[in-house]
Amino acid sequence: MSIATAEFGTSGPEAGARSEDYLWTLNFGPQHPATHTTLRIVLKLDGERVVDAMPEMGYLHSGFEKLGEHLTFNQYVTVTDRMNYISPMANNVAWHHAVEALLGIELTPRCASIRTIIAELARISDHLLSNGAVGLDTGAFTFFLYAFYQREVIYDIFETLCGARFTNSYTRVGGVSQDFTPLVIEKIRGFLKTFPKTLDDMERLLTRNRIFVDRTKGVGVLTKEEAINRGATGPVARASGVTRDLRKDEPYLAYGDFDFQICCASAGDCYARYLIRMQEMRESLKIVAQAIENLPAGPVNVGIDQRTALPTKQQVYTTIEGTISHFELSMSNRGFEVPHEESYAAIEAPNGELGFYIVGDGGETAYRARCRPPSLLHFALFPHLIRGHTLSDVVAVLGSLNIIAAELDR
Amino acid sequence: MPYTLPSVTDVLAGLTNRFGSLETSLNRGQTRVVVPEPLSFDVLAWLKNQGFDLLIDVTCVDYLEYKAAKHRYGLVYLLASTATNQRLTVRVFVDDPDPTVKSVVSLWEAANWLEREVWDLFGIRFTSHPDLRRLVMPDEFTAHPLRKDYPLQGRGERHNFPVITRDHS
Amino acid sequence: MAVVHSVSSDRLELPENVVIGRLDLLANWCRKNSLWPMPFATACCGIELMATGAAKHDLARFGAEVFRFSPRQCDLMIVAGRVVMKMLPVLQRIWQQMHEPKWCISMGACASTGGVFDTYAVVQGIDRFIPVDMYVPGCPPRPEQLIQAIIDLQDKIQREGTINGREFDTAGRQLRKRALVEIANPLSIDASRNPNLQRELAAAADAVAGRN
Ligand code: SF4
Repeated sequence: MSIATAEFGTSGPEAGARSEDYLWTLNFGPQHPATHTTLRIVLKLDGERVVDAMPEMGYLHSGFEKLGEHLTFNQYVTVTDRMNYISPMANNVAWHHAVEALLGIELTPRCASIRTIIAELARISDHLLSNGAVGLDTGAFTFFLYAFYQREVIYDIFETLCGARFTNSYTRVGGVSQDFTPLVIEKIRGFLKTFPKTLDDMERLLTRNRIFVDRTKGVGVLTKEEAINRGATGPVARASGVTRDLRKDEPYLAYGDFDFQICCASAGDCYARYLIRMQEMRESLKIVAQAIENLPAGPVNVGIDQRTALPTKQQVYTTIEGTISHFELSMSNRGFEVPHEESYAAIEAPNGELGFYIVGDGGETAYRARCRPPSLLHFALFPHLIRGHTLSDVVAVLGSLNIIAAELDR
Repeated sequence: MPYTLPSVTDVLAGLTNRFGSLETSLNRGQTRVVVPEPLSFDVLAWLKNQGFDLLIDVTCVDYLEYKAAKHRYGLVYLLASTATNQRLTVRVFVDDPDPTVKSVVSLWEAANWLEREVWDLFGIRFTSHPDLRRLVMPDEFTAHPLRKDYPLQGRGERHNFPVITRDHS
Repeated sequence: MAVVHSVSSDRLELPENVVIGRLDLLANWCRKNSLWPMPFATACCGIELMATGAAKHDLARFGAEVFRFSPRQCDLMIVAGRVVMKMLPVLQRIWQQMHEPKWCISMGACASTGGVFDTYAVVQGIDRFIPVDMYVPGCPPRPEQLIQAIIDLQDKIQREGTINGREFDTAGRQLRKRALVEIANPLSIDASRNPNLQRELAAAADAVAGRN
């Protein structure tokens, strides 16, 4: 629905100078239903056409990075939950992935598979919410309810797994807090069976819905060069034809073992981003299905000789190594051997490349824990995408970028 | 078997050719190059031409309390290439007073907000940045909170608001 | 209202279909069953707030599902999520824009106390700056907890509400709950706008003087 300036004859220097006088300034946010969280955009309007947009952020800046300098590597995982709160599991995985890269810990095969499964479930729940929100903002409320109902199913799986609906704090350095139980596996299998049908329903509801397609197709176009130059990653970049996906390009965890595809589109508009997310959910399902059927046996945490993950109670009570390692890990002046080093490691989070730059200074806490938030770079794209479109497209573009304020501001 | 990043030895060789020898180091497969502050823009521009087209992150570390640190602030530029998947970390060290470095917004648009964030939280000034304002803290805020000499709980700014009771509203 | 004229007997003769009661009760009954929440959702708790309104938990069962995003149409503000320095003036403004009678639920640890975020930017409990009627613990509270809070608030409205808002005149409602205010370095902070902080600082100074 882009209205080109030329169509109305308002382009050209003389017309531009005249229309300057009629520019409207509209404040959008920070408390607005369609921003979902706390974004603020000051829009310059010429009639209904957006001439310029000035995003403003920081309405949820709560000092995550400063907090990372005061909490130990295992404690900070609780804070990463609150960072991207629509897919916290992926944040947990990202944080401990980076910590393990710094400490040089290699996971057990079972743990790698488990983390892969939960990261993919997190991706599904993220895409459900972000697509549901695009639907909601463009007027498809039923679609949102479908999406949210499936999120409840995933919440239920996570709750069975670790007791919390979505602030899971599930990973630990060198392992996870709980192993998969048969009940969890059964629930995931059940989800794998029922979800494709709902996904079909959702696609039938919206993908070829005339109103939705009209409102999103050709809106907010991002070209491939711009996507790279402006640092877009994840579904936003892939909808513009950038093929980068860390799951394939730098296979971490167990992604190297599974058969799945990277979804790309070339249109780069809101509709393409919606389609990519829909398709990625199907690919994630494939990964989860393969991983759950081939879940390696064996221990889930790294061995007690490495002194990183807490040993099981059985080990503590029956072996001397277990006792020692439990003692050392619980003492505040012992614990991990952290090198005087800095490292960066990232995973392909649902929203894009989510990485942590961690500086270790020998102590139990990070000297500096920097999070590389995909949302920040995506929100910076916004003025570029919205220029020349109408006011009603603002919500479509915002929704398709899937900006999570807590991750944006940290 | 953990994945190893593609090597960047040829890029490093090219860098040495072009800019003289720079301090490099390797940690768990990640290559870091330390670039003196006056050269930083040129080196980054050259690297961009060498195919590092994606600027992953610009951030900073305050080494005030770090053991055996020689400089106060260390900027971190994380670069990646979408074609070859190489990654390279560029470090630039700056010092008080008035830590300044040249902005790279003209190379990567992505640096715009990242540099604003570093200015906001660390107080590093980026010269020739088009719009260097605070990004996350309120405009009237005076400190740079991620510096190590700023306390975690702040200096009481968070209590400094008018109180509304049932009478007022 | 039917007006009863004949008071000849000592028992009132009411026409059929007429019940008498206090006007307060009727007003409260109306108010409590048609709460229109204003979701001030900033962070993670907002997702649970959405879940509460969505299919499975269905807030509509308790007559409080009409989420309005304009403060002018609401009478219940649900603050879900942490409120930071930059956001607090917005929160106060929205609170002032809401019409009386109005109530406020502080949902989650962050809104009530700052939660895990004891940092420079996060307000340590919104009750320091706006009046709060109901606190919901949890990080995040489960939807059931939020529903319970709404039911409790309905009880409270029914129990102590008055038609002209006299309940807000009581001392307990007027005095702000004494939240923890750290004794900050008096030099670095401008207490001129915050009477509570002035009081705290004065008390701290007295204590120091008394000790010497
Ligand atoms: S209480 Fe917990 S869930 Fe709620 S906003 Fe705070 S951190 Fe998020």
